[in-house]
Amino acid sequence: MSNEINITEQKCSDEMSFEEAMCQLEQIVLKLEKGDISLEESISSFQQGIELSRYCAAKLDEAEKRISILLQDEEGNLVEKDFEL
Amino acid sequence: MNRIFSVSDVNSYIKQLISNDGLLSGISVKGEISNFKHHYTGHMYFTIKDESSILKCVMFKTQANQLKFIPQNGNKVIVSGYISVFERDGQYQLYASDIQPDGLGALHLAFEQLKNKLQEEGLFDASKKKKLPLLPKSIGVVTSSTGAVIRDIINVTYRRHSKMKLVLYPVAVQGVQAAGQIAAAIKKLNELGQVDVIIVARGGGSLEELWAFNEEVVARSVYASKIPVISAVGHETDYTICDFVSDVRAPTPSAAAELAVPDVEVLNYKLQNYNFRMKSALIKKLNLCENQLQKIKTRPVFRQPYDRINQYRLKLDNEIKHLFRNNEVLIKDKKGQFALLAGKLDALSPLKIMERGYSVVRSSEGNIINRLEQVNPGDMLEISFNDGKANCNVISTSPGN
Repeated sequence: MSNEINITEQKCSDEMSFEEAMCQLEQIVLKLEKGDISLEESISSFQQGIELSRYCAAKLDEAEKRISILLQDEEGNLVEKDFEL
Repeated sequence: MNRIFSVSDVNSYIKQLISNDGLLSGISVKGEISNFKHHYTGHMYFTIKDESSILKCVMFKTQANQLKFIPQNGNKVIVSGYISVFERDGQYQLYASDIQPDGLGALHLAFEQLKNKLQEEGLFDASKKKKLPLLPKSIGVVTSSTGAVIRDIINVTYRRHSKMKLVLYPVAVQGVQAAGQIAAAIKKLNELGQVDVIIVARGGGSLEELWAFNEEVVARSVYASKIPVISAVGHETDYTICDFVSDVRAPTPSAAAELAVPDVEVLNYKLQNYNFRMKSALIKKLNLCENQLQKIKTRPVFRQPYDRINQYRLKLDNEIKHLFRNNEVLIKDKKGQFALLAGKLDALSPLKIMERGYSVVRSSEGNIINRLEQVNPGDMLEISFNDGKANCNVISTSPGN
């Protein structure tokens, strides 16, 4: 039961890495499949799981393709420019 | 007067001179091989040269067979042996017992020495290796901005994740400038802090061409990097010091991209799979609970919750009935007894007796007279009947009945 409270407290914040989220998600899936928790816990874990799943899917989708190259300008500062092969 | 010698004498004399010279009896000479000829006899004939001179060399079959490499024109070598004179030709030459690669040998040595030094310092320790992030926000690439390496990395990256961000920090990958630039690039990427993982890459090449990645300054920069570094230098079989220090070594630049970039399709599939499994598990749980509920619902307690109460009610009613019945019986019984006793009483009642003709005789004082001796002629007696009294006077008495 205390385990459940910990996960709830460490909710999907922007700080959580994709990897952490996936890991927690897997834990929840295994816990649900094992089945030896109460119905209430099953439902709340399920909700958490779905939220984590959405978070991960968003993270996979949020980036934008970009290839940039770092070059030094005349003053010696690094400037980021788009890179073409 | 000048003595006049024969050619053979002169050549012989020179030979002796040279043979007796200590330095020339065991000497190592460095130079570049040219005019190399591996004779069918197994002997090697070549010259070694520097900027201004050449020296003829020969290595006989026995020693030549011991060589671990095939000398070629252009090789920089160190030839060890003795100088002697081939008298017939009036030619002095270096009779070689061993040939070692020059520059390369030095490099190998330097490599071994630095490798041991850094290993002892702990730069290669497995415990210091950092884990690669599963989904990096962006990837830094330290390599040449032209050529196959960056192209391969880009291709593999976007095959796996169409939305990845790559930041190229271009450097020279060989030559004297390279090591410094590579080290600076890694340091700078750490300072900028915008990438989650760094790939340091260079295509295949000789030991000299890869040499920058064996330099100490690069090793230290990789070690100091807080961002995980993947090293992909040279061919699969090339190992550079950069490879040893880095957090992960990749055999090729493409492999490096595969390590750094997750396959998004696989990850999406994994997520779908998790969703499916969670739903299935929850449905299963709900069904289980539903079944349990049903089972309980069909138990008699729930189907007929008042059954127990009704049982008790019946019992109570019965008991009450019994109670009343027993009571009636008891009353009847007692009534009977009473009647009996009442009857007996009645029978014994003096009034009944009096009905039969007997009377109660009392003296004038009110005492009951039931013996003759209590009576004297002239006494006043009271005789009680059922319905009244009579005052009497005794006239005479006589005993017996």
